Amino acid sequence: MEKVLTRNIGADLKPTDLKAYEANGGYRGLRKALAGLSPKDCQDVISASNLRGRGGAGFPTGMKWSFVPMDDRCTPGHKYLVCNADEMEPGAFKDRLLMECDPHQLIEGMILSAYTIGADISYIFIRGEYVAAIQRLRDALAECYNAGYLGDNILGSTFSLNMYVHPSAGRYICGEETALINALEGKRANPRAKPPFPQVSGLWGRPTIVNNVETLCNISHIIDRGADWFNTLGVGEDSGTKMFGVSGRVNNPGCWELPMGTPIREIIEHHAGGMQQGLQLKGFLPGGGSTDFLTDKHLDLAMDYNVIGKAGSRMGTGTIIILDDQTCPVGMVLNLIRFFAHESCGFCTPCRDGLPWSRQVLEDIESGRGHAEDLDTLAYQIGYIGTIGNTHCALAPGAMEPLQSALKYFRDDFERHIYGGCCPYNTARRA
Amino acid sequence: MNDAQMIHTDLDSVLSAEELTAIDRELSHVPYKSGAAIDALKIVQAKRGWISDQSLQAIAKYLEMSAEELEGIATFYNLIYRRPVGKKVILFCDSVSCWICGCDGIKQKITDVLGVNYGETTEDKEYSLIPVPCLGACDKAPVMMVGDDLVTHLDDAKIDELFTDKAKYSGGNP
Repeated sequence: MEKVLTRNIGADLKPTDLKAYEANGGYRGLRKALAGLSPKDCQDVISASNLRGRGGAGFPTGMKWSFVPMDDRCTPGHKYLVCNADEMEPGAFKDRLLMECDPHQLIEGMILSAYTIGADISYIFIRGEYVAAIQRLRDALAECYNAGYLGDNILGSTFSLNMYVHPSAGRYICGEETALINALEGKRANPRAKPPFPQVSGLWGRPTIVNNVETLCNISHIIDRGADWFNTLGVGEDSGTKMFGVSGRVNNPGCWELPMGTPIREIIEHHAGGMQQGLQLKGFLPGGGSTDFLTDKHLDLAMDYNVIGKAGSRMGTGTIIILDDQTCPVGMVLNLIRFFAHESCGFCTPCRDGLPWSRQVLEDIESGRGHAEDLDTLAYQIGYIGTIGNTHCALAPGAMEPLQSALKYFRDDFERHIYGGCCPYNTARRA
Repeated sequence: MNDAQMIHTDLDSVLSAEELTAIDRELSHVPYKSGAAIDALKIVQAKRGWISDQSLQAIAKYLEMSAEELEGIATFYNLIYRRPVGKKVILFCDSVSCWICGCDGIKQKITDVLGVNYGETTEDKEYSLIPVPCLGACDKAPVMMVGDDLVTHLDDAKIDELFTDKAKYSGGNP
């Protein structure tokens, strides 16, 4: 398979500097666009490529951009392009690699994206804990300003763009795009009501696009080599390649660039080396902590957005978390719900009060104090909190996904806790 | 005002020239002053280690916002500290992949070696222990950050190696 996103990432994980990046075709896409493609041409190429957002929701990138008012349809003033580098989804670890090892790929993608939507200011909103990535991006930005890839009249064109690295002060909810915009404005990161959508009224009330790191890393390649090329990369329904990862108790946990539509079995058994000795696969979350469990019956499904969706889950970030047969499913779900309850922004009641209630019920079950009616209580909570529209944003419904599917696939485990009066697993004492 | 008084008030409730310069740089990007609230908190925390009530009030006054509003922002973000912390903050990942790989046992080991629980600082003020959302290094679980360093593949031996020398002279046996 041809490597696209990881073409500059070697086994030593050494960061690629400007010289090395240029030597491997870097900034060719940008030169091509500024020499002969209009923003509309770029928009058309991205739309035709069928690129879908890699942050988790899978929204078509071209369509997202198409809502930005262009030319005389836009009131005078700034437009913004924001890179969402706030990777905090439990079990997601793909954007860190892309930023630490090939910062220029992200920056070139961002310059091209800003050119397409007519943005003149751009931010990389990155979590504060990514210390190495922050430094490497700052170094790369300095290289770009020196080389004329950023600043006024980029490469002699009429296009100008400034780019800033903005380290976050923390909180998972900043990954939600409107919460991220509030954080950039110096406020509490409560999500905003939509509409208006950020494409029309985002940062400081101006048109704003927020895209995930991996999405933006694809842009320069698509502009350089065309939509048809990108469409041939996937082996299933979706286009391009994807960073897929596996964590949990497998032999070779890691993150790999593979074609869209790669079968789950190939990712887990071939790339991740299968389960560690003595362990069986019991289930897995296909795309981070807020996706529904799937089981060994789903191993031959392709990692495509719609295929995983039809199986009752979401591809999310594409980073798979493995539940083995010696890890307690109730404990795992409790860990996730505890996380989401802690990370609720507190704005709406179902999330602020509902998630701690779910956590309390799960703590009771996990510690052997559960009752038969607790399962009905959890089902009620899932029905209420899990319905989009009852909450202000998607955090709480996302939190319900692993819980509802755990109750579906591992109900007997919940019952063993309740009727046995203790946790039948030994997870907590594992070192 | 003599030097000693200057230093005293500086730490309490007056922003230093250096802090003001850094905050002013952020103000040039934003349409109104409170837009730089988080940046200002980070700038002052970088100098002082944490955000005291006095620091908070000084920043709020400078940004022309109420201290209460700034407090709402400061307490929202988990990397803004409203209590003193140690020289290095241990950000301990207890999210799902690290949990599957046994982080509860590692957390207990840290508590045993350093004598601190979540939210606490060692007696010698070297370390504070705080849980953090998934650190994005799940293939190397369990992981944590000690100051700016990511420490991966944690086990008991690694915790001993990192902290035992410190614990010898600063731990529970003075």
